[in-house]
Amino acid sequence: MAKVVEKKSAKRRVKKRSKGIKEKPEVAYDEEEEETITSEEEEEEKDGEDERKHRKLLEAISSLGGPRRKRVAERSEASVQMSEFTVTTAGEAGDQIDLSELIGTVEQTPGGPSKTAKQLKNLQRIKKTIESPLSKQQSQKIQRAVAFQKASAEVSRWSGVIRQHQRAEQLVFPLNQDPSGPKPMEKVVMGWKARTPLEEEIFSLLTANKQPIDDPVLTPADEASVRAMSLEEAKIRRAELQKNRALQSYYEARARREKRIKSKKFHKVQNKGKKKEFLRRFEEMVKTDPAAALEELSKMELARMQERMSLKHQNSGKWARSKAVMAKYDQEARRAMQEQLEVHKELTERVVQKEEEEEEEEEEEKLPEIVNDAEHGGDSSNPWMRGKLTQEPREEQKGDSAELTGQEEQEEQQEEQSVGLQQEEEEQQEEQQEEQEQEEEEEEELLLRQFQSRRKVRQEQFHPGPEEAPLEEAELLDQEHTGDVHLVEAPPPAGAPPPAGAPPPTETVAPVRKRKRRRGIELKEVLTKGTVEVQAPLPLSVEEDQDREEVQDREQVQDQRGLIREAFAGDDVVSDFLKDKTAQEDAAKPKLVDLTLPGWGEWGGVGLQPSRSKRKRFRVRAPPPASRKDTKLPAVIISEKRNGGVGVHQVSTLPFPFENQEQFESTIRVPTGRTWNTERTVRKVTKPRVVTQLGSIIQPMAREELLKDRRQKTVAMATRKL
Amino acid sequence: MKVKVISRNPDDYVRETKYDIQRVPRNYDPTLHPFEVCREYTRALNATKLDRVFAKPFLASLDGHRDGVNCMAKHATSLATLLSGSCDGEVKVWNLTKHECVRTLQAHEGFVRGMVVRFCGTSFFTVGDDKTIKQWKMEAPGYGEEEEPINTILGKTVFTGLDHHREEGLFATCGQQVDIWDEQRSSPIRSFTWGVDSFSSVHFNPVETELLASCASDRSIVLYDMRESTPLKKVIMTMRSNTLCWNPMEAYYFTASNEDYNLYTYDMRYLEKPIMVHMDHVSAVLDVDYSPTGKEFVSASFDKTIRIFPKDSDRSREVYHTKRMQHVICVKWSADSKYVLSGSDEMNIRLWKANASEKLGVLSLREKQAINYNQKLREKFQYHPQVRRITKHRHLPKALHHQRKELQVMKEARRRKERNVRKHSKPGSVPVVSEKEKHIVAVLE
Repeated sequence: MAKVVEKKSAKRRVKKRSKGIKEKPEVAYDEEEEETITSEEEEEEKDGEDERKHRKLLEAISSLGGPRRKRVAERSEASVQMSEFTVTTAGEAGDQIDLSELIGTVEQTPGGPSKTAKQLKNLQRIKKTIESPLSKQQSQKIQRAVAFQKASAEVSRWSGVIRQHQRAEQLVFPLNQDPSGPKPMEKVVMGWKARTPLEEEIFSLLTANKQPIDDPVLTPADEASVRAMSLEEAKIRRAELQKNRALQSYYEARARREKRIKSKKFHKVQNKGKKKEFLRRFEEMVKTDPAAALEELSKMELARMQERMSLKHQNSGKWARSKAVMAKYDQEARRAMQEQLEVHKELTERVVQKEEEEEEEEEEEKLPEIVNDAEHGGDSSNPWMRGKLTQEPREEQKGDSAELTGQEEQEEQQEEQSVGLQQEEEEQQEEQQEEQEQEEEEEEELLLRQFQSRRKVRQEQFHPGPEEAPLEEAELLDQEHTGDVHLVEAPPPAGAPPPAGAPPPTETVAPVRKRKRRRGIELKEVLTKGTVEVQAPLPLSVEEDQDREEVQDREQVQDQRGLIREAFAGDDVVSDFLKDKTAQEDAAKPKLVDLTLPGWGEWGGVGLQPSRSKRKRFRVRAPPPASRKDTKLPAVIISEKRNGGVGVHQVSTLPFPFENQEQFESTIRVPTGRTWNTERTVRKVTKPRVVTQLGSIIQPMAREELLKDRRQKTVAMATRKL
Repeated sequence: MKVKVISRNPDDYVRETKYDIQRVPRNYDPTLHPFEVCREYTRALNATKLDRVFAKPFLASLDGHRDGVNCMAKHATSLATLLSGSCDGEVKVWNLTKHECVRTLQAHEGFVRGMVVRFCGTSFFTVGDDKTIKQWKMEAPGYGEEEEPINTILGKTVFTGLDHHREEGLFATCGQQVDIWDEQRSSPIRSFTWGVDSFSSVHFNPVETELLASCASDRSIVLYDMRESTPLKKVIMTMRSNTLCWNPMEAYYFTASNEDYNLYTYDMRYLEKPIMVHMDHVSAVLDVDYSPTGKEFVSASFDKTIRIFPKDSDRSREVYHTKRMQHVICVKWSADSKYVLSGSDEMNIRLWKANASEKLGVLSLREKQAINYNQKLREKFQYHPQVRRITKHRHLPKALHHQRKELQVMKEARRRKERNVRKHSKPGSVPVVSEKEKHIVAVLE
């Protein structure tokens, strides 16, 4: 500061000097004039020039110093030089006050604050120079750096939003779209105004009560309360709700548990208890409150009416029907049905018993006769006759049932016989043919036997259970002739439970099968893996038929089979496969390389063989091959040769974003199409990354997105804290 | 006799209307639908092939200019309107749906250098070689009225570029320096210089609307903040950048089109190294524009092609060219992100589809689903060689193809030489410089 002051004072001095100079010229002029008088004429001219130059110089110097001073006007007015307040901005020379002068006065004045005086003294004492200001370039550089930092910090706010967008599974542009679909009614109706006086009246009423005009989820009052609710209140409310929910779920669970209890006794006891309770209460009520009792009675009447109207407890429901099926054998079931009917009876009973007789008749009709029937064993083999109540008149059937069943059985037997005969004939014919082919097929059979034995070994390995293995074997054999065999097979014996597992293959059928195996095409051998056998194939439905048509149908089916057999005659897939496999195995075996040169080192010629020792020496035996992977898999050929055609379609290197092979393969392995996935999954999986709308302008990202992002963040933080 | 009939509930198989699809009960048991990978692969392959079969991107050519199209501007509020300025100072307003010119006006003497539509869409600004900035009304003058600008500002020097603020009545021009103008004033409210005398383009950041960037003739890209008195930062590259474009969805990314055939995407906070170098052009890149979704951008080049790059890929996904299209000078991506517009030397503006094989118009639900599924499949199997081969294959004009090959050879030669130099010099004395770092000369603060 002192330095500055000094500088200023220095400037002043310069100014003063210049003023002095300005005054000087006149003096100097005088001197020069004197000189000119004394000097010669030549010099006079020179002097004149010098004089001009000098004056110019002086003027230039004077113009250099400080702000241009106001030149004294020739005509002066007081108002210019003297302001009204007797203070001039720039007074005449000597008018201006120096700081040093002021300081001097401060020191002199006794009343002046000593503190400021000290400060001033200190200032004067400091002799250090102030650093010169930075160059323009440098200062600008700093400015730029600061500005850049500010800008980049500002821009960095977006990084969250940007990252979110980059990671988003789906982006829908334009970004701030109204959600599509129906809008709430309030929004649609917003522009609508009441016009007629009636409408206005209604509106005024509604608005006065703050009633919702339409049907929003929250009324305005609700919304207001929600808004007004403080955090604590909200917490309390939330806790309340939580408690309620917990209680509810507890009761629900309890009810479910009780419902799930299978014990009939338990339920019976409970029901009885309830009934007793009710009765007790009713009796009390009759005494205390007859009106309520009457009401109860009317309720009961209503229940009765409903019962009469509905089919409840009439043994027509699903449960009742199932029971009806069982009723014949099962005492329990019958009793259950009876109970149901009793309930019905009870409910439909009138207080005043008038129509008792009629009802009884009705009941009789509703009762399935099977319930009351004595068990009749004859037609139990027929599934259609076993249960199932129908609306057909019963009386005829009742009478004829025994006969009918007898007839049925007879016919069935006949039918079976005829079928058997037919088949035998066919078989004979085929046998004749087969004998011709037999010689050719002996080889195949050998292979087949081999195949079967291998399979057996394998199955034993995988199914060590003693029962399963033969069973499966039987199944396998079965597959080859399912149709035929089932036609021959007798229906399961009467009274036996319906066939649940596989039917036990009878030994009598087995030789027939063996013979048949050699026949041309075996339909079921295409896929040799065991498939689950269907127990009731199409031909079984014939059981009920009593007509010839059905028999014809069967013939047709057989014809078709024959046709197919003919069409595929000659391709025995299994033996072909086995041949193929052995061929491959042979091809893969390493060959023996014989390098013996006949006639080398010994006699050679036609009919002469190289010596045994030589042959032994020059025969190169290849190392034994690695065991094939499919040796123990009879129905599989595993080729470990590289297939050139496939290589073109395979990915050779791991693509970039994946870190290992498994990762990549897993993405490829999961199918996305609707053949493998449900509709919803497909829609979810095939969602496009970016969705744009045709014809809608997509605006650049707006600042609101940033706010939204922040709000989300704060909400997330808050939830985390909670 | 009793006849038992299988009865089904008609609801299970009867359609409500005849337009419904037949209901097919499905069993998703995987054992019933084997070979899923193979089948999907075949589908993917077919989808890829079909995609190429249906790739017909060229929609229309708008002719009418009497000189090369030098600049274009998108309308702010109307998708169907496009403005274009040519090298003879003429400005045309086009209706894209009808493919016709609706208005022509002689805006400048000499080139129309820059053009921009005000954010409200009621007026637009042009700058030209005649050192003027003119503001024009968007609607055509009535009958008998003369075609006159609303405002004309006479500048001291030629203006080469122009951009408008997104929300306020401010615009920026560039020429000898970058100026910020208020629409109401005839002199700039702020001007920036930094040792350069010629700028080629200036662009406002559409997200952080106070930021600007410009390309200068000293091979630099300069960043500005409108509120500051000085520029922010400058990066100097090996060759000059022609134009740049900010990503409209990601505030700090911009892409610059360079004379060295490449495009560079920068993060404005880290100018030391571009985050991606996009290579594929075989001549100087003249213009670039981002898709409004911010996922892709389109570039126009002197090599008579336009290319579409995904923003994070170094290679283009698409190249458009026609026999008659000459050097493409300007390019724009339409505001609904479905179309690309290119203006070229031979006086035509061309309208392209942004996705070459996209079906335009209303799609039925099943079509949409099928498209989505195919897209997903192509994405899933994109690394399989056959799929990749078909997706990547593009036919190029012979000259272009040869040029491309030649460039590859040159690049390989350079690489080889560098490798040899490195091999025969002291280890560590020849450092490996990455492709991204190679093109940066200096970053000035």
